[in-house]
Amino acid sequence: MLAKRIIPCLDVKDGRTVKGINFEGLRDVGDPVELGRRYAKEGADELVYLDISASKEGRSTFVDLVGRVAEGVNIPFTVGGGISTLQHASSLLDAGADKISINSAAVADPELISEIAKRYGSQFVVVAIDARCGEDGVWRVTTHGGSRLTERELFSWAREACDRGAGEILFTSMNHDGTGCGYPLDVYEKLGSLPIPVIASGGAGNASHIADVLAPGRADAALAASIFHYGKLTIGEVKRELARRGIPARSAM
Amino acid sequence: MIAIIDYDAGNICSVSNALNRLGAEWKLTSDPEEIRKASHVILPGVGHAAHVVGSLRKHGLEDVVKKLRHPVLGICAGMQIMCSSSEEGDVPCLDIFDCRVRLLEPGPGEKVPHMGWDSLHNLESKLFKEIREGEMFYFVHSYYAPLCYDTTATCRFGASRSMFSAALRYENFYGVQFHPEKSGEAGEKLLNNFLSL
Repeated sequence: MLAKRIIPCLDVKDGRTVKGINFEGLRDVGDPVELGRRYAKEGADELVYLDISASKEGRSTFVDLVGRVAEGVNIPFTVGGGISTLQHASSLLDAGADKISINSAAVADPELISEIAKRYGSQFVVVAIDARCGEDGVWRVTTHGGSRLTERELFSWAREACDRGAGEILFTSMNHDGTGCGYPLDVYEKLGSLPIPVIASGGAGNASHIADVLAPGRADAALAASIFHYGKLTIGEVKRELARRGIPARSAM
Repeated sequence: MIAIIDYDAGNICSVSNALNRLGAEWKLTSDPEEIRKASHVILPGVGHAAHVVGSLRKHGLEDVVKKLRHPVLGICAGMQIMCSSSEEGDVPCLDIFDCRVRLLEPGPGEKVPHMGWDSLHNLESKLFKEIREGEMFYFVHSYYAPLCYDTTATCRFGASRSMFSAALRYENFYGVQFHPEKSGEAGEKLLNNFLSL
């Protein structure tokens, strides 16, 4: 039976990781490769590298970094942040990325999903969706890091992304992100009926929250940033909680 | 020297990066002489079986591979084209392993491709030396090799479905459905075991 995946997300700006405490034995916490290797050793199942560079120079540094991650890290990794063309996706694949994640650009041009999936296969395409639940109870898709509200409704957009060839959906609730109070479990139950894996993101404050969202019929994977980077929680603690609840997970060798 | 067979069958850099991490020397080649002279041969493969096996034939390498007498490792689609045939494109393959590759059919609540970390059981070859029963490896595939006489590791798709071959072996030919080059320390152990053959 497939293991539920735990995925630390590393924010990268101008080729350097921007969050992170001084892990014991880690020379340079700002080195995305070293930090990624550390997480892999701790039992992370995949990694996500998110480019948050604002400048053109920062973005080209990111492609070089992807090459170094592919050389240094022995588990699959996804890269995202500002990918808006097939050419951009191709350069990241050539550099060694296992998957790319697209967000705002897919909302602006859904054909981008089909284009990349057709060229490189669905397994290469993760569609990230940030959505916010309004007072009317409707989940609406946002773009640009949650700053712009669109007219799209979450579930129909997730279905469309899937039909267009997305291999996975990465859903973040903007109502829960950063609160540390847990995930909207009912939303993941509804997304769980899609024929592709769903990654939960934003809201976890402890291992129990992550185990809740990875229970049968909900998400297939959980992504987290701050709680791992600031040492609030280790991958091992999450894996032990999953094991305790009988949720299939991979333990370190 | 390890030969990674170069036949336009997808991105090989994850395999070469993994060998670099192990400190192994390798060469990407489609030259029959170099392939015959190598100590170990890796047959990578990403994509559609009919395309992958077609590329191998176009490079005139089918017989070269079949006649090798030193250790050969097929990975993912590289393993599948070492079977007798594949449903994917309904194509005859190298006929080294005695089974026909089939499409995974998901039961209720199950998802195809079979993607992620899954556990291996009934481990039977030297590839799995010092690897424990139930160890997990990283898979991404929509087709599978059924259990057969050459099966050396099994994996179960979904909760209720029957098992498939996670690894196969016939004489000096080894095949793995999963990606050891992406499977963390367990994958590195397996690659080192292959290089020790």
